[in-house]
Amino acid sequence: MTTGRVAIVDLGLGNLHSVAKAFERAGAKPVLSADPDVLLRADRLVMPGQGAFRECSHALAGEVGEAVRAWIDSGRPYLGICLGMQALFESSEEAPGEPGLGIFPGSVRRFSVDLRDEGGMRLKVPHIGWNQIASKHPVFEDGAWYYFVHSYYCVPEDEALVVATTDYGGRFCSAIARDNVLACQFHPEKSQHAGVRVIGHFLGDVSWS
Amino acid sequence: MLAKRIIPCLDVKGGRVVKGVNFVGLRDAGDPVESAERYSDGGADEITFLDITASHEERRTLFELVDRAASTIAVPLTVGGGVRERRDVKELLHAGADKVSINSAAVANPSFVGEMAEAYGSQAIVVAIDAKRAPGAPDKWTVYTHGGRRDTGLDAIAWAKQVADLGAGEILLTSMDRDGTRDGYDLVLTRAVVDAVPIPVVASGGVGTLQHVHEGLAFAGADAALAASIFHDGHYTVAEVKRYLLDQGVCVRPPEAD
Repeated sequence: MTTGRVAIVDLGLGNLHSVAKAFERAGAKPVLSADPDVLLRADRLVMPGQGAFRECSHALAGEVGEAVRAWIDSGRPYLGICLGMQALFESSEEAPGEPGLGIFPGSVRRFSVDLRDEGGMRLKVPHIGWNQIASKHPVFEDGAWYYFVHSYYCVPEDEALVVATTDYGGRFCSAIARDNVLACQFHPEKSQHAGVRVIGHFLGDVSWS
Repeated sequence: MLAKRIIPCLDVKGGRVVKGVNFVGLRDAGDPVESAERYSDGGADEITFLDITASHEERRTLFELVDRAASTIAVPLTVGGGVRERRDVKELLHAGADKVSINSAAVANPSFVGEMAEAYGSQAIVVAIDAKRAPGAPDKWTVYTHGGRRDTGLDAIAWAKQVADLGAGEILLTSMDRDGTRDGYDLVLTRAVVDAVPIPVVASGGVGTLQHVHEGLAFAGADAALAASIFHDGHYTVAEVKRYLLDQGVCVRPPEAD
């Protein structure tokens, strides 16, 4: 597998240790950086989930955000994780008025406070723990379990973006893909073997874009 | 559907496991990271380290330990014990903990919970509640701090609601009456807290059998089951617990073959 240079966008909002280590386990040697030059020189870009949408929006308002936009325009592979998925949309209920990158039309919504399962049991928010996805996308495994920790989820205007869904009081979008852009709400870096396989696929051992 | 979680807990002191883990072929039974790795390979959904270190110097070894664990295991890691101030939370998260568990410091200063949730997100902040039945009062529990030595007089259910309102993302609920007994979780206490709060509850204290884990999850409604000695003593593997739960119809993440 030729992974090339992998850059992980470091917005300074959280610990990226486990993301970097997960990529190392998958055979890459990632660099953590907020320097647009470093980011744009890589072959693959990863934006992990970090902090809250407001802080993420602020951190992306400057040159780092421009670098991410330019990257996505360049057609090279992008992987967004959690907030790195949500940031691709226009806005979030978590921080009304704060813009996302707006790569795709759509918004990020909070799980309902009165979320119920099929049996009528109230579901907890945040959605924390292991849940399954339904997906036909080559990077993900239909029926596999991944680790989630979030209270908000993406609602793309274009439903064709959605490549995986997960059930939590109804189905929500748990991964999107279009051309060179791939993003998931769950955390591959915390999802044991199944997560490592997602990273391996992103790094090029399956053809997906 | 969200799976119920199985969480082995390792007590550590000075960077070493306090009660040795009884695994076949373990290179170093006292190394928390090696044990954590075994557990995560065996299907543990999360790992908890509880630090019972007293001195500040030994605290450094905890950060090194968390750093090493976060580099090795690919499931979430919760770290608790001796978390008193913002710096403790920050250093643990930066070392690689996914969640930090706060106990006595939350009782001493409830606003600390809200401040930490605001700074690092609710998902990173767990409040640990050590509860004990009040003598002569059925279905009433009070909160203990300082490793179970100090009765605060706080009502455990009211306190659970309060920390959820303050922004805690999860409650780690330990029954002091059951801890170490192997008589099973305090199901009435667990159910009462589960019903009282809108956030996940991790049941702890008293597991001795597979049935106990099942009761805690299925009857008391806990979102996760934490256990220590049944795993460390080698009585059951995480995979055995999960297979049992699957047979009982409980939704858990099946142990992976590889």
